[in-house]
Amino acid sequence: MIVSRGFGERRRQPDPSLPPGQRTTEDFPVMSAGPTPVIAPADWRFSIATERGTAQWGWDDLTAQPIDEITTDIHCVTRWSKLGTRWRGVSLDHVLAAAGGTEQVSAMIDCYGDYTTNVPIADLVGGKAWLAFEFEGEPLEPEHGFPVRLIVPHLYFWKSAKWVRGLRTQAVDEPGFWEVNGYHQYGDPWREQRYW
Amino acid sequence: MSGDWLPATVIDADWPIPTGRSLWVRVDGWPGNLAGQHVDVRLTAEDGYRAERSYSISTHGPSPVLEFAVDELPDGEVSPYLVHDIEVGDRFEVRGPVGRYFVWEPAQTGPVQLIAGGSGIVPLMAMARARRDSGSDAPFKLLYSVRGEPYAYFAEELEQLRGEAFGIDWVYTKRAPEGWHRPPGRIDRELLEQLVIPAIEQPSVYICGPTPFVEAAANLLVELGHDPARIRTERFGG
Repeated sequence: MIVSRGFGERRRQPDPSLPPGQRTTEDFPVMSAGPTPVIAPADWRFSIATERGTAQWGWDDLTAQPIDEITTDIHCVTRWSKLGTRWRGVSLDHVLAAAGGTEQVSAMIDCYGDYTTNVPIADLVGGKAWLAFEFEGEPLEPEHGFPVRLIVPHLYFWKSAKWVRGLRTQAVDEPGFWEVNGYHQYGDPWREQRYW
Repeated sequence: MSGDWLPATVIDADWPIPTGRSLWVRVDGWPGNLAGQHVDVRLTAEDGYRAERSYSISTHGPSPVLEFAVDELPDGEVSPYLVHDIEVGDRFEVRGPVGRYFVWEPAQTGPVQLIAGGSGIVPLMAMARARRDSGSDAPFKLLYSVRGEPYAYFAEELEQLRGEAFGIDWVYTKRAPEGWHRPPGRIDRELLEQLVIPAIEQPSVYICGPTPFVEAAANLLVELGHDPARIRTERFGG
């Protein structure tokens, strides 16, 4: 074991709700690979492309769906976690059901600004993922995904893509943007799947 | 695969600015890194307690000697230790390199605009050094925003890089040197229009710094006609 002499005086209490290697933050850091896209809710479109065809939603279609209130911890691969965050959004169960369901194994999430990320279908259904449009009782901040972002809180937060504009189901779990650029294909914080 | 944790030994350390430290470490088995990548750092206390952090690297290439800079965060747990306590000869562990997007490689021949706020210079310094060390003649410009002269990392080395194809513009936000041609202040549209390689030349833009700085710079450049796809950002702090 390599010990750093004198390290550990300012340590924090271990928190069992934190995955390994994470620490809590009260802030909400912004992590993005490029500039913040500007999208008015009236112009927002979300396309759902499955083996059965393509459907398109606008803002009113989204907010007409059953809306969930979600309280969840979120974990960023850059090692911050935020506990007990509150969101409102529409479950991906509804999104996929409205498109007639899918037999495929994975989805590529497309975003304004050309970001992409891949998530297995099994991780999107069963009350585990939402199209979220409110954070802590307010519309999302532009740099946090306004008007709509995906949240998949049981995976590292780069999977919770901001400024989403569509979902394409795929027969093979092809990698998205960060998954090509060095980050893990799946990204389970409890197994510390940070990088490939 | 970013691989296993590797032992790192501090071989040099100094305080280039009042609130931050530069650490040089030798990492046996380091696979080398591209300009702009990060390293994960793991510290272990005598009783086995551990903490991990990520830092950008200001060096590049195959060398097992890495440099990174650490700003002290007031309520930090790791940064005060790295800034004040760790000494030459002390050891910790690293893993990496990490990240394949916010990188510049000498094979890129187009113009490059670097924009740094504070210690956001670190990965951009790696790019500037990679350009020098590879003999690249890609046109580079750096805009470096700091509180004041004493808060600039790498000031001397940057001035040595200055040349016909490497422009450097300093922006002082709190206090400018005496006789400086511009009053202190944050970046704004007019300043970027004046100092940044124009959109028509299609520069690759790399922006790194605190979130509000990066947001402001990236949004203004998009307004000035830069293609968002050519703007790469790296943000820290919250």
